[in-house]
Amino acid sequence: MNRSTVQAWLFLAPALVLLAVFSFWPVGYGSYLAFTDYSLVRPTSFVGLDNFRYIFNNDMFVTGLENSLVFLLMVPFVQIGALSLAVLVNNQLPGIRLFRAAFYVPVVTTVSVVGIMWGFMFHEQGTLNYVLTTLRLVNAPVGWLSDDTLALFCIMFVTMWRGLGWYMVMYLAALQAVPADMHEAAMLDGANRWQRFWKITVPMLKPTIAVCSVLSVLAALKAYQEVDVLTQGGPMNSTFTALYYAYDQGLKHLKLPRALAASMVVSVFCIGIAMLCLRWLQPGKK
Amino acid sequence: MNNRVSTALHYLALCAIALVCVFPFWWTVVTALSTEGNIFAFPPTFWPKSPSLVNFEEAFRVIPFFAFFKNSVLIAAFTVFWKLVLCSMAAYPLARLRFKGRQLVFGLILATMVLPSEVNFLVNFITVTKLSLVDTYAGVILPNVVTAVAILLLKQAFEEVPQDLIDAARVDGASEWIIFTRIMLPLVAPWLATVGILTAVEAWNEYIWPSIVMSRPDEFPLSVGVLYLRGTFGSSTRVIAAGTVLTVLPTLAAFLFTQRYFMRGMDGAVK
Repeated sequence: MNRSTVQAWLFLAPALVLLAVFSFWPVGYGSYLAFTDYSLVRPTSFVGLDNFRYIFNNDMFVTGLENSLVFLLMVPFVQIGALSLAVLVNNQLPGIRLFRAAFYVPVVTTVSVVGIMWGFMFHEQGTLNYVLTTLRLVNAPVGWLSDDTLALFCIMFVTMWRGLGWYMVMYLAALQAVPADMHEAAMLDGANRWQRFWKITVPMLKPTIAVCSVLSVLAALKAYQEVDVLTQGGPMNSTFTALYYAYDQGLKHLKLPRALAASMVVSVFCIGIAMLCLRWLQPGKK
Repeated sequence: MNNRVSTALHYLALCAIALVCVFPFWWTVVTALSTEGNIFAFPPTFWPKSPSLVNFEEAFRVIPFFAFFKNSVLIAAFTVFWKLVLCSMAAYPLARLRFKGRQLVFGLILATMVLPSEVNFLVNFITVTKLSLVDTYAGVILPNVVTAVAILLLKQAFEEVPQDLIDAARVDGASEWIIFTRIMLPLVAPWLATVGILTAVEAWNEYIWPSIVMSRPDEFPLSVGVLYLRGTFGSSTRVIAAGTVLTVLPTLAAFLFTQRYFMRGMDGAVK
Protein backbone atom coordinates (compact mmCIF):
# COMPACT_ATOMS: atom_id res chain seq x y z
CA MET A 1 0.00 0.00 0.00
CA ASN A 2 1.30 3.42 -0.89
CA ARG A 3 1.40 6.41 1.37
CA SER A 4 -1.70 8.19 0.10
CA THR A 5 -3.80 5.05 0.51
CA VAL A 6 -2.76 4.78 4.14
CA GLN A 7 -3.49 8.46 4.67
CA ALA A 8 -6.88 8.21 3.01
CA TRP A 9 -7.89 5.31 5.21
CA LEU A 10 -6.74 7.15 8.33
CA PHE A 11 -8.99 10.06 7.40
CA LEU A 12 -11.89 7.70 6.80
CA ALA A 13 -11.38 5.36 9.73
CA PRO A 14 -13.40 7.09 12.50
CA ALA A 15 -16.44 7.63 10.26
CA LEU A 16 -16.30 4.08 8.94
CA VAL A 17 -16.08 2.60 12.43
CA LEU A 18 -19.21 4.48 13.51
CA LEU A 19 -21.06 3.53 10.34
CA ALA A 20 -20.09 -0.11 10.84
CA VAL A 21 -21.27 -0.16 14.45
CA PHE A 22 -24.46 1.90 14.18
CA SER A 23 -25.60 1.44 10.57
CA PHE A 24 -24.36 -1.90 9.22
CA TRP A 25 -24.25 -3.98 12.38
CA PRO A 26 -27.95 -3.31 13.20
CA VAL A 27 -29.00 -4.57 9.78
CA GLY A 28 -26.80 -7.67 9.84
CA TYR A 29 -27.18 -8.64 13.48
CA GLY A 30 -30.84 -7.61 13.43
CA SER A 31 -31.57 -9.90 10.49
CA TYR A 32 -29.95 -12.76 12.38
CA LEU A 33 -31.84 -12.02 15.62
CA ALA A 34 -35.16 -12.07 13.76
CA PHE A 35 -34.65 -15.85 13.41
CA THR A 36 -33.80 -16.40 17.08
CA ASP A 37 -35.48 -16.16 20.48
CA TYR A 38 -33.02 -13.52 21.73
CA SER A 39 -33.72 -12.04 25.13
CA LEU A 40 -31.58 -10.40 27.75
CA VAL A 41 -32.11 -13.14 30.32
CA ARG A 42 -31.32 -16.46 28.62
CA PRO A 43 -28.99 -17.85 25.94
CA THR A 44 -30.08 -17.34 22.34
CA SER A 45 -31.18 -20.21 20.14
CA PHE A 46 -32.26 -20.42 16.53
CA VAL A 47 -36.01 -20.73 16.01
CA GLY A 48 -36.33 -20.58 12.23
CA LEU A 49 -39.44 -18.81 11.00
CA ASP A 50 -41.29 -18.88 14.34
CA ASN A 51 -41.21 -15.10 14.80
CA PHE A 52 -42.58 -14.52 11.31
CA ARG A 53 -45.31 -17.11 11.88
CA TYR A 54 -46.16 -15.40 15.15
CA ILE A 55 -46.48 -11.89 13.73
CA PHE A 56 -48.51 -12.96 10.71
CA ASN A 57 -50.98 -14.62 13.08
CA ASN A 58 -51.05 -11.53 15.27
CA ASP A 59 -53.94 -9.13 14.70
CA MET A 60 -51.97 -6.09 15.78
CA PHE A 61 -49.23 -6.72 13.23
CA VAL A 62 -51.61 -7.62 10.42
CA THR A 63 -53.69 -4.49 11.07
CA GLY A 64 -50.45 -2.56 11.25
CA LEU A 65 -49.26 -3.85 7.90
CA GLU A 66 -52.64 -3.07 6.31
CA ASN A 67 -52.53 0.43 7.79
CA SER A 68 -49.01 0.95 6.47
CA LEU A 69 -50.31 0.09 3.01
CA VAL A 70 -53.26 2.47 3.53
CA PHE A 71 -50.65 5.14 4.32
CA LEU A 72 -49.51 4.82 0.69
CA LEU A 73 -52.75 6.56 -0.31
CA MET A 74 -51.27 9.83 0.87
CA VAL A 75 -48.29 9.70 -1.51
CA PRO A 76 -50.10 11.22 -4.53
CA PHE A 77 -51.63 13.91 -2.28
CA VAL A 78 -48.26 14.80 -0.81
CA GLN A 79 -46.50 14.91 -4.18
CA ILE A 80 -49.19 16.82 -6.08
CA GLY A 81 -49.64 19.13 -3.10
CA ALA A 82 -45.91 19.78 -2.76
CA LEU A 83 -45.46 20.41 -6.49
CA SER A 84 -48.42 22.81 -6.49
CA LEU A 85 -46.98 24.62 -3.48
CA ALA A 86 -43.61 24.88 -5.21
CA VAL A 87 -45.27 26.38 -8.30
CA LEU A 88 -47.18 28.84 -6.06
CA VAL A 89 -44.00 30.07 -4.36
CA ASN A 90 -41.71 29.98 -7.42
CA ASN A 91 -41.90 33.71 -8.14
CA GLN A 92 -40.74 37.05 -6.79
CA LEU A 93 -44.04 38.36 -5.39
CA PRO A 94 -43.61 40.60 -2.34
CA GLY A 95 -43.50 38.53 0.85
CA ILE A 96 -42.99 35.23 -0.94
CA ARG A 97 -40.06 34.29 1.30
CA LEU A 98 -42.35 34.60 4.28
CA PHE A 99 -44.79 32.14 2.71
CA ARG A 100 -41.98 29.71 1.89
CA ALA A 101 -40.90 29.90 5.52
CA ALA A 102 -44.47 29.35 6.75
CA PHE A 103 -44.82 26.23 4.59
CA TYR A 104 -41.51 24.88 5.85
CA VAL A 105 -42.07 25.52 9.56
CA PRO A 106 -43.86 22.17 10.18
CA VAL A 107 -40.76 20.37 8.85
CA VAL A 108 -38.46 21.85 11.49
CA THR A 109 -40.86 21.15 14.35
CA THR A 110 -40.12 18.16 16.54
CA VAL A 111 -42.63 15.34 16.25
CA SER A 112 -43.54 15.45 19.94
CA VAL A 113 -44.63 19.08 19.65
CA VAL A 114 -46.54 18.24 16.46
CA GLY A 115 -48.34 15.52 18.40
CA ILE A 116 -49.31 17.86 21.23
CA MET A 117 -50.48 20.65 18.93
CA TRP A 118 -52.56 18.41 16.70
CA GLY A 119 -53.94 16.73 19.80
CA PHE A 120 -55.33 20.18 20.68
CA MET A 121 -56.67 20.70 17.16
CA PHE A 122 -58.40 17.31 17.03
CA HIS A 123 -59.85 17.70 20.53
CA GLU A 124 -63.63 17.20 20.61
CA GLN A 125 -64.14 20.84 21.58
CA GLY A 126 -61.16 21.89 19.49
CA THR A 127 -60.87 24.35 16.65
CA LEU A 128 -61.39 21.81 13.88
CA ASN A 129 -64.78 20.78 15.21
CA TYR A 130 -65.70 24.42 15.79
CA VAL A 131 -64.96 25.33 12.18
CA LEU A 132 -66.80 22.31 10.80
CA THR A 133 -69.89 22.73 12.99
CA THR A 134 -70.02 26.47 12.28
CA LEU A 135 -69.90 25.80 8.55
CA ARG A 136 -72.57 23.12 9.18
CA LEU A 137 -70.40 20.46 7.55
CA VAL A 138 -71.00 18.20 10.54
CA ASN A 139 -73.94 18.18 12.95
CA ALA A 140 -72.14 17.20 16.13
CA PRO A 141 -68.48 17.42 17.21
CA VAL A 142 -66.44 14.51 15.87
CA GLY A 143 -64.08 12.49 18.06
CA TRP A 144 -61.28 12.56 15.54
CA LEU A 145 -58.69 10.55 17.44
CA SER A 146 -61.13 8.40 19.41
CA ASP A 147 -62.98 7.02 16.37
CA ASP A 148 -61.38 3.82 15.16
CA THR A 149 -61.98 4.53 11.47
CA LEU A 150 -61.09 8.25 11.50
CA ALA A 151 -58.01 8.18 13.73
CA LEU A 152 -55.76 6.61 11.09
CA PHE A 153 -56.71 9.25 8.53
CA CYS A 154 -56.03 11.99 11.07
CA ILE A 155 -52.55 10.57 11.60
CA MET A 156 -52.04 10.43 7.84
CA PHE A 157 -53.09 14.07 7.60
CA VAL A 158 -50.60 15.11 10.27
CA THR A 159 -47.84 13.10 8.56
CA MET A 160 -48.67 14.92 5.34
CA TRP A 161 -48.73 18.28 7.12
CA ARG A 162 -45.22 17.60 8.40
CA GLY A 163 -43.87 16.42 5.04
CA LEU A 164 -45.27 18.85 2.44
CA GLY A 165 -42.74 21.62 3.05
CA TRP A 166 -39.80 19.29 2.64
CA TYR A 167 -40.89 18.08 -0.78
CA MET A 168 -41.87 21.65 -1.70
CA VAL A 169 -38.24 22.73 -1.28
CA MET A 170 -37.06 19.82 -3.43
CA TYR A 171 -39.49 20.79 -6.21
CA LEU A 172 -38.69 24.48 -5.83
CA ALA A 173 -35.00 23.77 -6.45
CA ALA A 174 -35.91 21.72 -9.52
CA LEU A 175 -38.26 24.42 -10.84
CA GLN A 176 -35.57 27.04 -10.50
CA ALA A 177 -33.23 24.85 -12.53
CA VAL A 178 -35.61 24.92 -15.54
CA PRO A 179 -33.99 27.37 -18.01
CA ALA A 180 -36.08 30.54 -18.36
CA ASP A 181 -35.48 30.77 -22.13
CA MET A 182 -37.44 27.54 -22.68
CA HIS A 183 -40.50 29.25 -21.24
CA GLU A 184 -39.82 32.40 -23.26
CA ALA A 185 -39.50 30.43 -26.49
CA ALA A 186 -42.76 28.60 -25.77
CA MET A 187 -44.47 31.92 -24.98
CA LEU A 188 -43.36 33.31 -28.34
CA ASP A 189 -44.90 30.24 -29.95
CA GLY A 190 -48.16 31.15 -28.23
CA ALA A 191 -48.25 28.48 -25.51
CA ASN A 192 -50.33 29.49 -22.48
CA ARG A 193 -49.39 28.93 -18.85
CA TRP A 194 -51.16 25.61 -18.61
CA GLN A 195 -49.54 24.25 -21.78
CA ARG A 196 -46.11 25.44 -20.64
CA PHE A 197 -46.57 23.68 -17.31
CA TRP A 198 -47.46 20.33 -18.89
CA LYS A 199 -45.15 20.46 -21.90
CA ILE A 200 -42.06 22.00 -20.33
CA THR A 201 -42.10 22.00 -16.51
CA VAL A 202 -43.42 18.50 -15.89
CA PRO A 203 -41.07 16.74 -18.37
CA MET A 204 -38.11 18.69 -16.98
CA LEU A 205 -39.11 17.78 -13.44
CA LYS A 206 -39.56 14.08 -14.11
CA PRO A 207 -36.36 12.93 -12.35
CA THR A 208 -37.26 14.97 -9.25
CA ILE A 209 -40.83 13.67 -9.30
CA ALA A 210 -39.47 10.12 -9.48
CA VAL A 211 -37.04 10.58 -6.58
CA CYS A 212 -39.58 12.39 -4.40
CA SER A 213 -42.30 9.82 -5.06
CA VAL A 214 -40.02 6.96 -4.09
CA LEU A 215 -38.88 8.78 -0.94
CA SER A 216 -42.49 9.51 -0.12
CA VAL A 217 -43.53 5.87 -0.61
CA LEU A 218 -40.74 4.73 1.70
CA ALA A 219 -41.64 7.36 4.29
CA ALA A 220 -45.30 6.31 4.19
CA LEU A 221 -44.46 2.64 4.68
CA LYS A 222 -42.14 3.48 7.57
CA ALA A 223 -44.39 5.96 9.40
CA TYR A 224 -44.69 5.34 13.13
CA GLN A 225 -43.52 8.36 15.13
CA GLU A 226 -46.74 10.29 14.50
CA VAL A 227 -48.68 7.26 15.79
CA ASP A 228 -46.66 7.31 18.99
CA VAL A 229 -47.30 10.98 19.74
CA LEU A 230 -50.96 11.08 18.66
CA THR A 231 -52.70 7.80 19.57
CA GLN A 232 -50.08 5.24 20.68
CA GLY A 233 -51.81 2.73 18.42
CA GLY A 234 -55.32 3.23 19.82
CA PRO A 235 -58.31 3.37 19.79
CA MET A 236 -58.61 -0.43 19.96
CA ASN A 237 -55.29 -0.91 18.15
CA SER A 238 -56.81 0.61 15.01
CA THR A 239 -53.90 2.97 14.30
CA PHE A 240 -51.03 0.50 14.56
CA THR A 241 -48.66 0.69 11.63
CA ALA A 242 -46.18 -2.08 10.85
CA LEU A 243 -43.23 -0.17 12.29
CA TYR A 244 -45.23 1.08 15.24
CA TYR A 245 -45.79 -2.60 16.03
CA ALA A 246 -42.03 -3.15 15.83
CA TYR A 247 -41.40 -0.16 18.10
CA ASP A 248 -44.11 -1.21 20.54
CA GLN A 249 -42.97 -4.85 20.74
CA GLY A 250 -39.26 -4.10 20.76
CA LEU A 251 -39.13 -1.27 23.26
CA LYS A 252 -42.29 -1.42 25.33
CA HIS A 253 -42.57 -5.21 25.58
CA LEU A 254 -38.89 -6.07 25.00
CA LYS A 255 -39.79 -8.74 22.41
CA LEU A 256 -36.85 -7.87 20.21
CA PRO A 257 -36.88 -10.81 17.76
CA ARG A 258 -40.55 -10.24 17.01
CA ALA A 259 -39.93 -6.53 16.46
CA LEU A 260 -37.01 -7.30 14.15
CA ALA A 261 -39.05 -9.83 12.17
CA ALA A 262 -41.75 -7.16 11.71
CA SER A 263 -39.19 -4.59 10.59
CA MET A 264 -37.71 -7.09 8.10
CA VAL A 265 -41.15 -7.52 6.56
CA VAL A 266 -41.39 -3.74 6.20
CA SER A 267 -37.95 -3.63 4.58
CA VAL A 268 -38.97 -6.25 2.04
CA PHE A 269 -42.07 -4.22 1.20
CA CYS A 270 -39.98 -1.07 0.93
CA ILE A 271 -37.48 -2.60 -1.46
CA GLY A 272 -40.19 -4.22 -3.57
CA ILE A 273 -42.40 -1.17 -3.86
CA ALA A 274 -39.47 1.19 -4.45
CA MET A 275 -38.31 -0.99 -7.35
CA LEU A 276 -41.83 -1.08 -8.81
CA CYS A 277 -42.07 2.72 -8.55
CA LEU A 278 -38.74 3.26 -10.26
CA ARG A 279 -39.66 0.96 -13.12
CA TRP A 280 -43.07 2.58 -13.49
CA LEU A 281 -41.68 6.11 -13.47
CA GLN A 282 -38.87 5.36 -15.92
CA PRO A 283 -40.48 3.16 -18.57
CA GLY A 284 -37.57 3.85 -20.95
CA LYS A 285 -35.02 2.04 -18.80
CA LYS A 286 -35.17 -1.73 -18.59
CA MET B 1 -57.33 43.89 -14.55
CA ASN B 2 -57.24 40.18 -15.23
CA ASN B 3 -53.69 40.20 -13.95
CA ARG B 4 -54.72 41.78 -10.67
CA VAL B 5 -57.44 39.22 -10.10
CA SER B 6 -55.04 36.38 -10.66
CA THR B 7 -52.49 37.93 -8.26
CA ALA B 8 -55.23 38.31 -5.65
CA LEU B 9 -56.25 34.68 -6.10
CA HIS B 10 -52.61 33.68 -5.86
CA TYR B 11 -52.25 35.45 -2.50
CA LEU B 12 -55.55 34.01 -1.31
CA ALA B 13 -54.29 30.48 -1.98
CA LEU B 14 -50.95 31.24 -0.28
CA CYS B 15 -52.69 32.66 2.79
CA ALA B 16 -55.12 29.74 3.08
CA ILE B 17 -52.29 27.18 3.04
CA ALA B 18 -50.13 29.27 5.36
CA LEU B 19 -53.05 29.38 7.80
CA VAL B 20 -53.19 25.57 7.92
CA CYS B 21 -49.42 25.39 8.43
CA VAL B 22 -49.19 28.03 11.13
CA PHE B 23 -52.52 27.93 12.93
CA PRO B 24 -51.66 25.08 15.36
CA PHE B 25 -48.66 27.14 16.53
CA TRP B 26 -50.79 30.25 16.93
CA TRP B 27 -53.46 28.41 18.91
CA THR B 28 -50.79 26.98 21.21
CA VAL B 29 -49.25 30.40 21.82
CA VAL B 30 -52.67 31.93 22.55
CA THR B 31 -53.50 29.13 24.97
CA ALA B 32 -50.16 29.47 26.73
CA LEU B 33 -50.54 33.23 27.14
CA SER B 34 -54.18 33.25 28.22
CA THR B 35 -55.20 32.90 31.85
CA GLU B 36 -58.96 33.17 31.64
CA GLY B 37 -61.81 31.24 30.14
CA ASN B 38 -62.42 27.67 29.14
CA ILE B 39 -59.64 26.36 26.91
CA PHE B 40 -61.87 24.26 24.71
CA ALA B 41 -64.72 26.75 24.55
CA PHE B 42 -67.11 27.24 21.63
CA PRO B 43 -66.30 29.53 19.95
CA PRO B 44 -62.56 29.16 20.57
CA THR B 45 -60.48 32.25 21.27
CA PHE B 46 -57.98 33.28 18.66
CA TRP B 47 -56.49 36.11 20.69
CA PRO B 48 -55.04 35.82 24.23
CA LYS B 49 -57.44 36.79 27.03
CA SER B 50 -55.80 38.73 29.87
CA PRO B 51 -52.36 37.62 28.73
CA SER B 52 -49.65 36.87 31.24
CA LEU B 53 -46.60 34.68 31.59
CA VAL B 54 -48.00 32.81 34.56
CA ASN B 55 -48.34 29.53 32.59
CA PHE B 56 -44.71 29.74 31.63
CA GLU B 57 -43.72 30.23 35.26
CA GLU B 58 -45.80 27.17 36.11
CA ALA B 59 -44.11 25.17 33.34
CA PHE B 60 -40.72 26.16 34.78
CA ARG B 61 -41.91 25.05 38.20
CA VAL B 62 -43.35 21.61 37.33
CA ILE B 63 -40.67 20.43 34.90
CA PRO B 64 -36.89 20.83 35.14
CA PHE B 65 -37.01 23.08 32.12
CA PHE B 66 -33.46 24.35 32.44
CA ALA B 67 -32.13 20.80 32.69
CA PHE B 68 -34.09 19.81 29.56
CA PHE B 69 -32.85 22.90 27.79
CA LYS B 70 -29.25 22.24 28.80
CA ASN B 71 -29.55 18.63 27.61
CA SER B 72 -30.95 19.73 24.24
CA VAL B 73 -28.21 22.32 23.78
CA LEU B 74 -25.43 19.90 24.70
CA ILE B 75 -26.77 17.09 22.54
CA ALA B 76 -27.16 19.43 19.56
CA ALA B 77 -23.74 21.03 20.08
CA PHE B 78 -21.85 17.74 20.44
CA THR B 79 -23.66 16.20 17.46
CA VAL B 80 -22.82 19.21 15.28
CA PHE B 81 -19.19 19.30 16.38
CA TRP B 82 -18.46 15.62 15.88
CA LYS B 83 -20.44 15.40 12.68
CA LEU B 84 -18.47 18.28 11.16
CA VAL B 85 -15.13 16.80 12.28
CA LEU B 86 -15.72 13.17 11.27
CA CYS B 87 -17.79 13.72 8.13
CA SER B 88 -15.41 16.31 6.68
CA MET B 89 -12.50 13.99 7.45
CA ALA B 90 -14.30 11.22 5.58
CA ALA B 91 -15.35 13.46 2.71
CA TYR B 92 -11.90 14.88 2.01
CA PRO B 93 -10.13 11.72 0.76
CA LEU B 94 -13.25 10.69 -1.16
CA ALA B 95 -13.16 14.00 -2.98
CA ARG B 96 -9.44 14.65 -3.43
CA LEU B 97 -7.24 11.56 -2.87
CA ARG B 98 -6.66 8.57 -5.11
CA PHE B 99 -6.50 5.39 -3.08
CA LYS B 100 -7.32 1.72 -3.20
CA GLY B 101 -10.87 0.90 -2.16
CA ARG B 102 -12.26 4.36 -2.90
CA GLN B 103 -15.18 3.04 -4.96
CA LEU B 104 -15.96 0.43 -2.33
CA VAL B 105 -16.06 2.95 0.51
CA PHE B 106 -18.17 5.33 -1.51
CA GLY B 107 -20.58 2.50 -2.34
CA LEU B 108 -20.85 1.51 1.32
CA ILE B 109 -21.64 5.07 2.36
CA LEU B 110 -24.32 5.34 -0.32
CA ALA B 111 -25.71 1.98 0.81
CA THR B 112 -26.51 3.37 4.26
CA MET B 113 -29.01 5.67 2.55
CA VAL B 114 -31.12 2.75 1.35
CA LEU B 115 -30.75 0.55 4.41
CA PRO B 116 -33.89 0.44 6.58
CA SER B 117 -32.36 2.74 9.20
CA GLU B 118 -35.64 3.64 10.92
CA VAL B 119 -35.45 0.49 13.01
CA ASN B 120 -31.72 0.53 13.72
CA PHE B 121 -32.56 1.68 17.23
CA LEU B 122 -33.70 -1.84 18.14
CA VAL B 123 -30.21 -3.30 17.76
CA ASN B 124 -28.45 -0.04 18.59
CA PHE B 125 -30.03 -0.17 22.01
CA ILE B 126 -28.32 -3.54 22.61
CA THR B 127 -25.03 -2.10 21.35
CA VAL B 128 -25.30 0.99 23.51
CA THR B 129 -26.14 -1.18 26.52
CA LYS B 130 -23.12 -3.42 25.90
CA LEU B 131 -20.87 -0.37 25.56
CA SER B 132 -22.30 0.97 28.87
CA LEU B 133 -23.48 4.13 27.16
CA VAL B 134 -27.04 4.06 28.46
CA ASP B 135 -27.94 7.36 30.17
CA THR B 136 -24.98 9.17 28.58
CA TYR B 137 -24.81 11.93 26.00
CA ALA B 138 -22.38 9.77 24.03
CA GLY B 139 -25.06 7.10 23.71
CA VAL B 140 -27.52 9.63 22.27
CA ILE B 141 -24.99 11.29 19.98
CA LEU B 142 -22.77 8.56 18.51
CA PRO B 143 -25.31 6.85 16.21
CA ASN B 144 -26.24 10.22 14.66
CA VAL B 145 -22.76 11.58 14.08
CA VAL B 146 -21.91 10.03 10.70
CA THR B 147 -24.51 10.35 7.96
CA ALA B 148 -24.24 9.76 4.24
CA VAL B 149 -25.98 13.04 3.40
CA ALA B 150 -23.40 15.08 5.33
CA ILE B 151 -20.50 13.22 3.72
CA LEU B 152 -21.97 13.69 0.24
CA LEU B 153 -22.57 17.42 0.75
CA LEU B 154 -19.04 17.99 2.05
CA LYS B 155 -17.50 15.81 -0.64
CA GLN B 156 -19.15 18.02 -3.22
CA ALA B 157 -17.82 21.11 -1.46
CA PHE B 158 -14.26 19.74 -1.41
CA GLU B 159 -14.47 18.88 -5.11
CA GLU B 160 -15.04 22.54 -5.93
CA VAL B 161 -11.73 23.71 -4.40
CA PRO B 162 -9.21 24.46 -7.21
CA GLN B 163 -6.51 21.80 -7.54
CA ASP B 164 -3.78 24.51 -7.87
CA LEU B 165 -4.13 25.40 -4.19
CA ILE B 166 -3.51 21.80 -3.15
CA ASP B 167 -0.62 21.33 -5.58
CA ALA B 168 1.05 24.51 -4.36
CA ALA B 169 0.81 23.34 -0.76
CA ARG B 170 2.21 19.90 -1.66
CA VAL B 171 5.17 21.52 -3.41
CA ASP B 172 5.82 23.46 -0.21
CA GLY B 173 5.94 20.12 1.61
CA ALA B 174 2.66 20.39 3.54
CA SER B 175 1.26 17.12 4.87
CA GLU B 176 -2.27 16.00 3.95
CA TRP B 177 -3.41 16.90 7.45
CA ILE B 178 -2.09 20.45 7.11
CA ILE B 179 -3.69 20.77 3.66
CA PHE B 180 -6.96 19.52 5.09
CA THR B 181 -7.04 21.72 8.18
CA ARG B 182 -5.36 24.88 6.88
CA ILE B 183 -6.55 25.04 3.27
CA MET B 184 -9.57 22.86 2.67
CA LEU B 185 -11.65 23.43 5.80
CA PRO B 186 -11.55 27.26 5.66
CA LEU B 187 -12.54 27.17 1.99
CA VAL B 188 -15.61 25.01 2.58
CA ALA B 189 -16.73 26.97 5.66
CA PRO B 190 -20.10 27.97 4.12
CA TRP B 191 -20.90 24.30 3.56
CA LEU B 192 -19.79 23.40 7.06
CA ALA B 193 -22.26 26.04 8.25
CA THR B 194 -25.04 24.50 6.16
CA VAL B 195 -24.42 21.00 7.47
CA GLY B 196 -24.04 22.37 11.00
CA ILE B 197 -27.36 24.21 11.01
CA LEU B 198 -29.30 21.33 9.45
CA THR B 199 -27.73 18.98 11.99
CA ALA B 200 -28.44 21.26 14.93
CA VAL B 201 -32.15 21.37 14.13
CA GLU B 202 -32.27 17.62 13.47
CA ALA B 203 -30.51 16.84 16.74
CA TRP B 204 -32.72 19.25 18.66
CA ASN B 205 -35.83 17.59 17.21
CA GLU B 206 -34.71 13.98 17.68
CA TYR B 207 -37.34 12.32 19.78
CA ILE B 208 -37.42 8.49 19.67
CA TRP B 209 -33.73 7.70 20.18
CA PRO B 210 -33.05 10.01 23.18
CA SER B 211 -36.21 8.72 24.83
CA ILE B 212 -34.75 5.20 24.54
CA VAL B 213 -31.23 5.96 25.73
CA MET B 214 -32.10 8.35 28.54
CA SER B 215 -34.07 6.71 31.34
CA ARG B 216 -34.14 9.45 33.99
CA PRO B 217 -36.35 12.52 33.47
CA ASP B 218 -33.59 14.98 34.35
CA GLU B 219 -31.55 13.62 31.41
CA PHE B 220 -34.25 14.25 28.80
CA PRO B 221 -33.85 16.81 26.05
CA LEU B 222 -36.80 19.17 25.51
CA SER B 223 -38.27 17.11 22.66
CA VAL B 224 -38.77 14.20 25.06
CA GLY B 225 -39.42 16.28 28.17
CA VAL B 226 -42.33 18.13 26.65
CA LEU B 227 -44.24 14.85 26.27
CA TYR B 228 -43.24 13.87 29.79
CA LEU B 229 -44.96 17.10 30.81
CA ARG B 230 -48.15 15.97 29.05
CA GLY B 231 -47.97 12.56 30.71
CA THR B 232 -47.37 13.75 34.23
CA PHE B 233 -49.42 16.91 34.51
CA GLY B 234 -52.08 16.00 31.99
CA SER B 235 -54.71 18.22 33.56
CA SER B 236 -53.22 21.62 32.86
CA THR B 237 -53.43 22.20 29.13
CA ARG B 238 -52.19 25.79 29.45
CA VAL B 239 -48.98 24.67 31.12
CA ILE B 240 -48.43 22.02 28.43
CA ALA B 241 -48.99 24.69 25.78
CA ALA B 242 -46.42 26.91 27.52
CA GLY B 243 -43.90 24.04 27.58
CA THR B 244 -44.60 23.39 23.90
CA VAL B 245 -43.94 27.03 23.02
CA LEU B 246 -40.66 26.96 24.93
CA THR B 247 -39.64 23.80 23.07
CA VAL B 248 -40.28 25.07 19.54
CA LEU B 249 -39.11 28.64 20.04
CA PRO B 250 -35.36 27.92 19.64
CA THR B 251 -35.80 25.85 16.44
CA LEU B 252 -38.20 28.34 14.92
CA ALA B 253 -35.85 31.23 15.69
CA ALA B 254 -32.87 29.29 14.29
CA PHE B 255 -34.86 28.41 11.19
CA LEU B 256 -36.15 31.91 10.49
CA PHE B 257 -32.70 33.46 10.77
CA THR B 258 -30.95 30.81 8.67
CA GLN B 259 -33.67 29.99 6.17
CA ARG B 260 -31.39 30.13 3.13
CA TYR B 261 -29.21 27.32 4.53
CA PHE B 262 -32.21 25.01 4.66
CA MET B 263 -33.21 25.78 1.11
CA ARG B 264 -29.61 25.33 -0.08
CA GLY B 265 -28.85 22.21 1.95
CA MET B 266 -31.71 20.37 0.31
CA ASP B 267 -30.67 21.56 -3.10
CA GLY B 268 -27.19 20.11 -2.64
CA ALA B 269 -28.49 16.82 -1.31
CA VAL B 270 -30.52 16.10 -4.45
CA LYS B 271 -27.76 16.67 -6.97
